[in-house]
Amino acid sequence: MTPTGPNTVRGEALAARTLTPGTGTGPLLVLDEPLSFWGGTDLQTGVITDPHHPQYGTSLAGRILVMDASRGSSSSSSVLAEQLRAGVGPAAIVLGARDAIIVLGALAAAELYGTRLPIVLADGPVLERLRAAAPATATVQATADEAIICTAIIGTEGAP
Amino acid sequence: MNTPALALTGEESAMLAGTRGAGTAMAMRLVTGLAGVLGATRLIPITGAHIDGCLYHGRAGLDFARKLVDLGATVAVPTTLNVSSLDLMHPGLVRLPPTEAVPARALMDAYTALGAKPTWTCAPYQSVQRPGAGEHIAWAESNAIVFANSVLGARTERYGDFIDICAAITGRVPEAGLHLPANRVPTLELDCSGLSASLLAHDAAWAALGDVVGRRSGTGVPLLTGIDPDLVDEDKLKALGATAASAGGVALFHVAGVTPEALADAPAAPESLPVERVTAAMLRAARDELTTAAGARALDAVALGTPHFSLPEFEKLAQALADAPAFHPDCTVWISTSREVLARARDAGFVQVAEARGARIVVDTCTYITPILAPDTRTVMTPSGKWAWYAPANLGVDVVFGTLGECVASACAGEVIRDDTHWS
Repeated sequence: MTPTGPNTVRGEALAARTLTPGTGTGPLLVLDEPLSFWGGTDLQTGVITDPHHPQYGTSLAGRILVMDASRGSSSSSSVLAEQLRAGVGPAAIVLGARDAIIVLGALAAAELYGTRLPIVLADGPVLERLRAAAPATATVQATADEAIICTAIIGTEGAP
Repeated sequence: MNTPALALTGEESAMLAGTRGAGTAMAMRLVTGLAGVLGATRLIPITGAHIDGCLYHGRAGLDFARKLVDLGATVAVPTTLNVSSLDLMHPGLVRLPPTEAVPARALMDAYTALGAKPTWTCAPYQSVQRPGAGEHIAWAESNAIVFANSVLGARTERYGDFIDICAAITGRVPEAGLHLPANRVPTLELDCSGLSASLLAHDAAWAALGDVVGRRSGTGVPLLTGIDPDLVDEDKLKALGATAASAGGVALFHVAGVTPEALADAPAAPESLPVERVTAAMLRAARDELTTAAGARALDAVALGTPHFSLPEFEKLAQALADAPAFHPDCTVWISTSREVLARARDAGFVQVAEARGARIVVDTCTYITPILAPDTRTVMTPSGKWAWYAPANLGVDVVFGTLGECVASACAGEVIRDDTHWS
């Protein structure tokens, strides 16, 4: 499943567990601290607006968002659903814990708008591999049975 | 490592199949979807629900509620509603543009059409009707969740928008998370014996403690030890929980000898519990982290009542104001509360004491989530850790976090006044 191409330096396929099915591709964004979507991200743009957060100003839109769990307000489900409706949600979310607030935002958006945001659960070593690979592009493929995260670090500085 | 399948009762299967209508079926799809994510093998009945989905965050929330209404759903258990972004009792107070106010009002109407009570408060636990220890409930809104679990001893997972109303409609939640006793035992001990009684006399110190607890605990279950039970009341636990839920993901804490699951007859904490000491210096550091305004400066407003001001808090404020002059004309003191508490506090004469000095009352909503403060407001003081956490991003104001005494003195002077003797 490792992506190939003329400029691919390295990439790997990592196993995870499906929480909601779907497929998404985008640059990895690994959060350094938990994030509350509500009060911490912008509804219309998906940008992190929490001044306490180390990645303040970074956009979640179109990213493969990697986070241990969300933080704080339970209104975050609505914010994620609204961002998915508006097309500024993440391309996929990789969680370190079963975060119901995040998953429910995706389930509601699926019920209302037919969106399919993949959300997968990964273990500690996989999260570390993703942290090492960021900000490389990754693809998350999650079916009911299995989930795979493929990273691809593309560059020209020489193969390993 | 496959998760065992979810087993539904005949009644639950029927709900999913639509025998109670398409709205209940849609609600059951989310409840069972969540059960799958959480790995629950069955659903359990609940005795009540508290809904946070009634605060307007954009069209998705309104689309969801209206779809349930259109499909004929109604709540199956007593259900209360959290704040909205409008104050229906004081029209014109909230300066939302019609593009936001109209759908916000429509959302409130949709939730009352589903059969929920129009309580419009983030502090349903201040009502005379509240759940008891051991009851399974589905509560949303992080401060309400942590209070219900910790102080009332009721059992709720961290429910949020969408699932809150789906649980109310089906009367079911997945048997998972904090509904299970095994997940309610402490994961770390925070030794607070180094905090003085005079420091813990201030509710704001408990908010600062909540900031420390939230940052240390993450989504764990902290056990606070070394606190004299006589120093503790529900307002202090409210401040602690609300800030711990904002700064971390705390949905349950225990205070030894105080909260229902940490009384003498409760099961002992695990022996291998990691222990950390909490110091007054940590609380002062939290106070400074919760403050974004630098240096002495003019004060434009004071925000009280996040979470909603309680009856004892109104009484405490009236006592603090007994010898105080009117508030400075350039500083507006805002108090957010529920209609139920406001009526009781007015009957007791507490509200009039604050209003006579210039305080303004807000109900149904809160000053940090919707435009109420004057547009030119720059610096706001608050004893609320939660207000201090969210207002800078939500409103674009600078915050000074301090005790109620510091807030009252500053409001009268029209400038920020610190009293470091409160923080030692």
